Amino acid sequence: MHHLEIRGLATGYGAQQVLKDVTLPVDRGEVVSLIGPSGSGKSTLLRALIGLTPPTSGEVFVGGSKVDYSSRASLRQLRDRMSIVFQQYNLFQNMTVLRNVTITPLKIKKRPAAECEREALQWLERVGMAHKHDAYPDKLSGGQQQRVAIARALATRPEILLLDEVTSALDPERVNEVLDTIRGLTSEGITMIIVSHEMAFVREVSTRVAMMDEGRIVECGSPQQIFGAPLQERTREFVSKILRH
Amino acid sequence: MDYTFQFGDVFAQLPYLLGGALVSLQIAFVSFWAGTVIGIAGAIARVYGNPLARRVTGGYVTFFTNTPALVQVFLLYYALPDAGVLLQPMTAVLIGLTLNAGAYLTEILRAGVISVRRSEMEAAITLGMSRLQILRFVMLPHIAKTIYAPLSNFFVWLVLGSSLAALFGVEELTGRAINISTANLRTIETFAVVAVIYVVLTLLASTSLALVGRWAFRVKAKVI
Amino acid sequence: MFERILQDAPQFFAGSNLLFIAQAMGRTLAMTLIGCGVGMVFGLLIAVVRISTTPLLLPLRALLVLYVETFRRIPFLVILFIVMFVIEPLIPGASLLSIATVSVCLLSTAFLSEVIRSGLESVPPQQIEGARSLNFTFMQSLFMVILPQSWKVILPPAAAFIVMFIKDTSLASQLGVVELTFAGKMLVNRGFSPVLGFGAILVAYFILSYPLSRFAAYLEKRLASS
Repeated sequence: MHHLEIRGLATGYGAQQVLKDVTLPVDRGEVVSLIGPSGSGKSTLLRALIGLTPPTSGEVFVGGSKVDYSSRASLRQLRDRMSIVFQQYNLFQNMTVLRNVTITPLKIKKRPAAECEREALQWLERVGMAHKHDAYPDKLSGGQQQRVAIARALATRPEILLLDEVTSALDPERVNEVLDTIRGLTSEGITMIIVSHEMAFVREVSTRVAMMDEGRIVECGSPQQIFGAPLQERTREFVSKILRH
Repeated sequence: MDYTFQFGDVFAQLPYLLGGALVSLQIAFVSFWAGTVIGIAGAIARVYGNPLARRVTGGYVTFFTNTPALVQVFLLYYALPDAGVLLQPMTAVLIGLTLNAGAYLTEILRAGVISVRRSEMEAAITLGMSRLQILRFVMLPHIAKTIYAPLSNFFVWLVLGSSLAALFGVEELTGRAINISTANLRTIETFAVVAVIYVVLTLLASTSLALVGRWAFRVKAKVI
Repeated sequence: MFERILQDAPQFFAGSNLLFIAQAMGRTLAMTLIGCGVGMVFGLLIAVVRISTTPLLLPLRALLVLYVETFRRIPFLVILFIVMFVIEPLIPGASLLSIATVSVCLLSTAFLSEVIRSGLESVPPQQIEGARSLNFTFMQSLFMVILPQSWKVILPPAAAFIVMFIKDTSLASQLGVVELTFAGKMLVNRGFSPVLGFGAILVAYFILSYPLSRFAAYLEKRLASS
């Protein structure tokens, strides 16, 4: 049984169909990266998976059970097991770093306070932000905010982590600190789906890479195969254009 | 409760009421423009004036924005005869609302004047623009953008505020509503119709002002 | 005019008149405070319903838009008359003060709901998405994320509107509520100089509203910079 199974998923905004027909099985512990030109539907796929842009057709199975995106209870179960990190961090500006990380386990999952705090500090330590636990997000750099956002997502103990262009909004010198953080997580056994333009990083951490174009997955394979010997013309074109930089 | 609504008597008086609406608009219009004259002078005094001028306009604005227009008009209407000045009700209302409008417009226009960025003024001077050109090309567009929405909101406020004239026997919309309702005893119906007229009147005013703003100043005001 | 003021002054500033004005001031303040308290609560409810996106509440949202847009476009004087003529036959013993207070509530709810709504909408939608993805319910996002951030945007204009409501209550004198303006009329009718009578009333209004407008200006400066 696949950990996450996406079958014929489609969605869009209004009349515009951004995601057309995506099928992708993902096994437990896999790190799957989505690459492709902007507007190809990579971010929309992540948003659809976690129900922020609900799918209009297709099916999603997590751990073998089907997700019903029209049911609150089902969405709640899904988001209990799946977390997302956004391009713009989306931290709560009215809360300190520590509060941002503890609020979900504490108030939403109702876990004991001492345990939440201890675990939150451990995660902040992992992302190198424990020393800033009392700061407010607007006092932090983009890279620091993004590391906190990663800790916030992990504190919910997700089985599946979605990372949506987490370095795109960062200053170039901040990119590596965030990538290093993610690199350190790949040994945790969390299933990850990553949307990224950092090709060297994608090549290094992914177990598989999926090339997307116009709302579909064009090709999916090992990083060596996608970057070294792409089967599809569209993939070759995209990869060669990217790698030439 | 078995009250039957009867709008027939009110609808028969519709032309009379619409005439009153026109008077309301006139009151708002006169006090708006007279107030604008005061407002321009006040804003200039507040921004560019000497300390004394600033204090005086500041005091004027503070006093008029912190006391009710109704009591101000009462004072004009009932106290001035003691000094030998007898005002017609309409005149007292117009003076009161104008002084009120002048205070609010001073604040609105002041915000407009200080919205002009110093850097742009300096750029204009270095480009060799004349004072008039600076006013026309640099200052006015900024001012228009900042003040347009509050100005049209304020005009709507004046249309509604003009209803206090009814309390002095002026036959504008609310005054005529009182006249009709005391004659036909259909008070709720009369005031319901009058309320609708006010809503339509102010909607027309803000919509047309928003359209004018878009066309003349490229201000992206909400049409409704 | 001045002789009359000088002649009236000692008698005018007698304790009983000042007490009378103070009591009237209390009524003006009561109408405003109750009106604004109710306006804040119902304004928040309306704003919350209006920013919700549930199709289920669509008819209610339409109704609320109608209410808000209408009551912001009717003179307070007309609201007062309508409320009076609706309430009097329904509740025969209703006091004039309560009728006027209900009117202030209707007015302030309409205006404050707009202030609160734009405050709620000032919170970046990304944070609300963040909350949703972390399984926050609508109410949890509202109380833990949206409101703690939007009060800074809501408070300054709300205070400015409260100043406006203080002044609007002067129209309640027309129903016969013995608030400040009516007290002024009574004093003048008792034969005191209108300059003294209405002048004192203007000062009383000023005492009520000036601290609040200063507070509004202070908040705007303080909160805008932080």
